[in-house]
Amino acid sequence: MPALPTPSAASEQPLIQARGLTKSFGDFVAVDGIDFDVAAGEAFGFLGPNGAGKTSTMRMIACMSPVTSGTLRVLGLDPATDGSRIRSRIGLVPQDDTLDLELTVLDNLLVYGRYFDLPRKVIRERARQLLEFAQLSDRAADKVDPLSGGLKRRLTIARSLISEPELLLLDEPTTGLDPQARHLLWDRLYRLKQQGVTLVLTTHYMDEAEQLCDRLVIMDKGVIAAEGSPRQLIDRYSTREVLELRFAVDDHTPLAEKLAGLGERIETLPDRLLVYTHDGDAAEREVEGRGLTPLVSFVRRSTLEDVFLHLTGRTLVD
Amino acid sequence: MATVTATGGTTLSRTLRSYSYWSYQYRRIWRASLATGFLTPALFLAAMGLGLGSLVNHHGSSAARLGGVTYLQFIAPGLMAAAAMQMAAIEGAFPVMGGIKWIRTYHAMLATPLRVTDVLYGHLLWMATRVALVSTIFLGVMAAFGAPRSPEVLAAVPVAVLTGMAMAAPVAAFTATRETDQPLIAVFRFVVIPMFLFSGTFFPISQLPGWLRPLAYVTPLWHGVALSRALSLGNAGVAASVGHVAYLAGCIAIGVIAGRRTFRRRLAA
Repeated sequence: MPALPTPSAASEQPLIQARGLTKSFGDFVAVDGIDFDVAAGEAFGFLGPNGAGKTSTMRMIACMSPVTSGTLRVLGLDPATDGSRIRSRIGLVPQDDTLDLELTVLDNLLVYGRYFDLPRKVIRERARQLLEFAQLSDRAADKVDPLSGGLKRRLTIARSLISEPELLLLDEPTTGLDPQARHLLWDRLYRLKQQGVTLVLTTHYMDEAEQLCDRLVIMDKGVIAAEGSPRQLIDRYSTREVLELRFAVDDHTPLAEKLAGLGERIETLPDRLLVYTHDGDAAEREVEGRGLTPLVSFVRRSTLEDVFLHLTGRTLVD
Repeated sequence: MATVTATGGTTLSRTLRSYSYWSYQYRRIWRASLATGFLTPALFLAAMGLGLGSLVNHHGSSAARLGGVTYLQFIAPGLMAAAAMQMAAIEGAFPVMGGIKWIRTYHAMLATPLRVTDVLYGHLLWMATRVALVSTIFLGVMAAFGAPRSPEVLAAVPVAVLTGMAMAAPVAAFTATRETDQPLIAVFRFVVIPMFLFSGTFFPISQLPGWLRPLAYVTPLWHGVALSRALSLGNAGVAASVGHVAYLAGCIAIGVIAGRRTFRRRLAA
């Protein structure tokens, strides 16, 4: 076995390095020449609408899909030649669960451990610990099929950890889960990060990206639209606060004209107006000062969602 | 214990690891599977070998056309090869579609050190195991009916495995190119069942119209049936046997090479 990189060496060399990374399917370019680095120990996110190229990027990092052009290094190795070795050191939580529904919760872990050529004794011990970690110990002997989406997702994450990976890839880990299940998953992922596991995840939930990611890129149509920490992105692409206004009218467009000059920028949505400003309360007073009486008016902090919508547009992607 | 790290390993080791999934899965169904393994040949040999055979055996000219053996002796080794082929065709079709689309087992495997070829080889090896198991049971039932005339019939088990895999490997390769199970059902209707009926299992192909005979010679099943029967009756010639085995091995090789391509295209795009 090659020696694991020492912490100092790891901090110098990125765990994942992509330059001009491209993936095409025939004429369709899913990922169009993106550059990024992921450092050891960080939680890195790919945020983007459906079809942005997140999953294609993830599959290339997981060495499950060949790179069309550009370079990609994962753990310092080339996926084209060292796919098997790389995969032995990473964990993957795919977008759609690939659990065997007819097998029990425990058997799903045991059989998966076999793929990694781990001794049976080690697999058993790790499976026990992972069931505990995923709060599934009391379901170990149950078949997977009737479990809820949240439990299945937790099992998939537990399964991806059976090889004690240095790098965990999560493709939309909480899509389709209820709020309780999501918060529980976030908590588990946060613990993994505390243990030093590098997390790379894709999501289209802004709150998830803000909760989990140290750094993220926003992808749109196969390219990276912006990169930074959630705070940096908000500072760069949005204002500190947002004043949301709703009026008792069908069309908000004429009202936007009456608000001209307010804040940095005004966004007109079908059902409300967003005033991007550094001082929401002042803007709110100004609205009253102009003799307008909104039905609903409140000031909130800017979120990644504002950045995201600003960068990727408000049109529905699919 | 924390120092135990996963490794890539050799192709053989990886193949066996992907194979282990199927054996895991089999633990749930082995009882039903073995019961079917006994029942099918018992019913077939009773109905066809003894029932239908009692009519055939009393017909002077048919006894001669069968080569002077009873219908049971004639049909049993042929059925063994045909049953292997049929079962292998099913195993090469639906579980493969399951691995790709329904249960997505293949995708789970491919997120681990296993590679596409390991997934393919492991599954094919499992299909061969299943055929070997069922054929061994078949042989036992056949012996209980007193059908074999030569101890060479023992070699009919590996021949049945070859016959089965000559079907399973190409079917698996084809399945990987399809999106639904409709084409697989069509393969059954238009390939497997006609082959089952017309490849010399139930009657010598000398009974077929002359223009149809070459078609029977091309099927892997005819080679399997002919060799299996020759072994059971104790009249297997070396040259013919080598020819049959080579033909079956060729079908398997084509299936494996095609499968490597279609699996890769489907699973590693």
